[in-house]
Amino acid sequence: MTARRPILGVAALSAAALVLAACGGGDGDAAAEDTAAAGGDTAATEDAAGGEETAAAGGAGDFAEGTTMAELAEAGTIRVGTKFDQPLFGLANLEGTPEGFDVEIAKIIAEGLGISEDNIEWTETPSAIREEVLETDQVDMVVATYTINDERRERITFAGPYYEAGQTLMVRAGEESEITGPDSLSDESIRVCSVEGSTPSENIREYLASDDQLTLFGTYGECVDSLRNNQVDVVTTDNVILLGFVSESPEEFAIAGETFTEEPYGVGIEKGDVEFCEFINETLAAAEEAGTYVEAWNSTAGAIEGSEEPVLPEPDPCS
Amino acid sequence: MSAPTSVLYDAPGPKAIRRSRLLSVVSVVVFVVLLGLALLRLYRQGQFEADLWSPLFWPGDEQFPAVWGRIGTGVYYTLLAAVLAIAFSLVIGTLITTSRLMLGRTSRLPLVLLIEILRGTPVIVLIFFSGKFLPAVGVDLSNLWYLVIGLVLYNCVVIAEILRAGVAALPRGQSEAGLAIGLTRSQTVLSIQLPQAFRLMLPALISQLVVIVKDTSLAYFVLTGPEELLRIARQLRNFFDNPVQIYLLVAIIFILVNTLLSRLAVFAERKLSESRAGAPDAEPDLAENADQIVDADSATHGSRGPARDTHEEDPAGHGPAR
Amino acid sequence: MDILVDNFDLFVAGFFRSLEIIAYTLVGCLVLGSLLAMMRVSPVPPLQRFASGYVGIVRNSPLTVMLFVTAFVLPELGFNAPFFWLGVLGLTLYTAGFVCEAVRSGINSVPPGQAEAARSVGLTFGQTLGEVVMPQALRSVVPPLGSVIIAMMKNSAVVGVFGVGGDLLSVGTRLTSAQGFAITWVLIGVWLGYLAITLPTGALLAAIERKVAIVR
Repeated sequence: MTARRPILGVAALSAAALVLAACGGGDGDAAAEDTAAAGGDTAATEDAAGGEETAAAGGAGDFAEGTTMAELAEAGTIRVGTKFDQPLFGLANLEGTPEGFDVEIAKIIAEGLGISEDNIEWTETPSAIREEVLETDQVDMVVATYTINDERRERITFAGPYYEAGQTLMVRAGEESEITGPDSLSDESIRVCSVEGSTPSENIREYLASDDQLTLFGTYGECVDSLRNNQVDVVTTDNVILLGFVSESPEEFAIAGETFTEEPYGVGIEKGDVEFCEFINETLAAAEEAGTYVEAWNSTAGAIEGSEEPVLPEPDPCS
Repeated sequence: MSAPTSVLYDAPGPKAIRRSRLLSVVSVVVFVVLLGLALLRLYRQGQFEADLWSPLFWPGDEQFPAVWGRIGTGVYYTLLAAVLAIAFSLVIGTLITTSRLMLGRTSRLPLVLLIEILRGTPVIVLIFFSGKFLPAVGVDLSNLWYLVIGLVLYNCVVIAEILRAGVAALPRGQSEAGLAIGLTRSQTVLSIQLPQAFRLMLPALISQLVVIVKDTSLAYFVLTGPEELLRIARQLRNFFDNPVQIYLLVAIIFILVNTLLSRLAVFAERKLSESRAGAPDAEPDLAENADQIVDADSATHGSRGPARDTHEEDPAGHGPAR
Repeated sequence: MDILVDNFDLFVAGFFRSLEIIAYTLVGCLVLGSLLAMMRVSPVPPLQRFASGYVGIVRNSPLTVMLFVTAFVLPELGFNAPFFWLGVLGLTLYTAGFVCEAVRSGINSVPPGQAEAARSVGLTFGQTLGEVVMPQALRSVVPPLGSVIIAMMKNSAVVGVFGVGGDLLSVGTRLTSAQGFAITWVLIGVWLGYLAITLPTGALLAAIERKVAIVR
């Protein structure tokens, strides 16, 4: 299923090296290797290594024939969709590999399958396409600040939740006294930015006087740029996402008001794959017990001021 | 600067020279003032702080190699997608042109209709189509191929039209001679007309490559990959939080790459006209100077797509070859 | 099919939104493009250089980069406007470069004898350009300008993703992300919308072209 990737990766390596050579400087080669390693040498390296690592969920060989877990463990690689533009949850680093809490959660699940983090193939999945990439089998799971709701449940299955977020507002620093919560948004001159296809973008509509107040972009980065240069006045999405942006530029942005929704984040998988869903829930529970869940939080989103250490929520029934 | 424009006005007299100098000075001053204001504003916004620029432009910066590794990846995928797209477009475009030339007036109608539909559709919609529709019906490819397919859907008909204009620009005697020596219609098209049309249209084809290179950047909005230049730029932008600098860099890279390709087109044109020198139908105006290439392409695909002039009535009339 | 019928009003609104973008851009790019073309053929070297530099930049960089500049860099410079107008501005600035080239190639297509004759009867630069060269140039400008305009109409699809929204393609992306597999009909709706703009324009331009064509 993923045999083509390594070839592309190798091609990328040689070409990147070529381009770098042309751009002057051998000092780029290390980076090029990293790039290739990130996307490249996935398959076939070490199916064997995974076995012992996860006592709770059982080794790679223990999965029942025909389950997604068995298939993935057999392949030794997993395709994960996540955000590439969200500080603390999923943000691409300089090598193009995402980092953050979602990424750590995905690694925990992969480890449960006996797949090492080097063998995870990351795909950028902006809000609007998360159901689609699962339906069309472009990824095996989506861990991307993905709010569980019934509308989405019609198209995919959610494991988890693994985190409870809540929607709130972010404004330019100093303006949090004028905009204190969603009720302040009924003034038609206030322009609000969110991301196309996201839950917050739908939630906020009921507070707005007119749809024209709402600007939608593909990713939050653009909303943040627009807030910075006065093209919009408010960016709205989940508190933790906004906290990430505030922590990056505390002198520029501030959170306005309290959270006004509950957004349980789940792991999106193919619709109807109950066994995989249950496996993910068990793996998460085991990770909490072992402390790796909290560790994942503390090494990412937990690093910023104002964030609270989460307790793994009770899982929803798999369906 | 070149002969045809200077014909518009006399050799300037003392008064005209004075006026022209005045205008020159005024326009330069206006330009410099506007640029200065923009830079000042950027400066006030803190856009000239070194750490916004150095990872991108300063080789001594510790992040510089990693950044350029990523940019190298971006340039690679952009060029790879463009080259694959033009290669497939060429093959399919040739097939379309050949069948169009060989089919009768009525039997080619469906083909003409298809060409018109594809040409009338935005490329981004075709990429959207290939990226969303194909996976939905079970075609499992990598994102690079969805992008390539989207680009090919559009560009194959554009190239077909370029080739048809090339064939139409050939002297009628070429096909008559072919038929006269007993070749069939298809043999005439394949062995006499198309090879000449390719050569005639090589510059226009290279210019189309420039258009395709630019269009790879549309993938960002509708697909999850590949990691072409614009996608890389946005990842870097999210990492460094320096949109002004990163877009400046991306614009420079695109302009460099495309200028090189345009140069290649001019070079190809010159080579061709040299090798054809003496042939009665050599196009004297094509390779005269670099500016002319601009005329040639804006006539064919001022942007995306050959001019409407390659339509039925008089394809030779404004074909890029004249 | 249902999705097309149920959301028909959305498609219609999207269609008119796209037309709106196109209409404003059309006016803007013709004016700006002609100005640039005049600069390019003018006897003032800095203006010539500015115009040709501008055209070089626009032709070689993607529309997306231009739209990034208008939607994100201009506001950074303190130039705040609704995204709709920034999008129209971006498309205008981009298309004007191509209009300039189309017009200039038209001017170049007028036989030099015409301008020489005009000058020898004592017409000034402005008169030569305005009364002799341009009227003839416009005829040979029609075909390339037509293709530039049609390309602009198609390019208007890209404007929607820069915070403008509500245009045909945005309606399509919004409906597909809401409904998943209804993709086929959504696409057909979007597709028909654009064809309803580009095909008639193509036919109209072909008719104009026939009408103004000069037999040489």
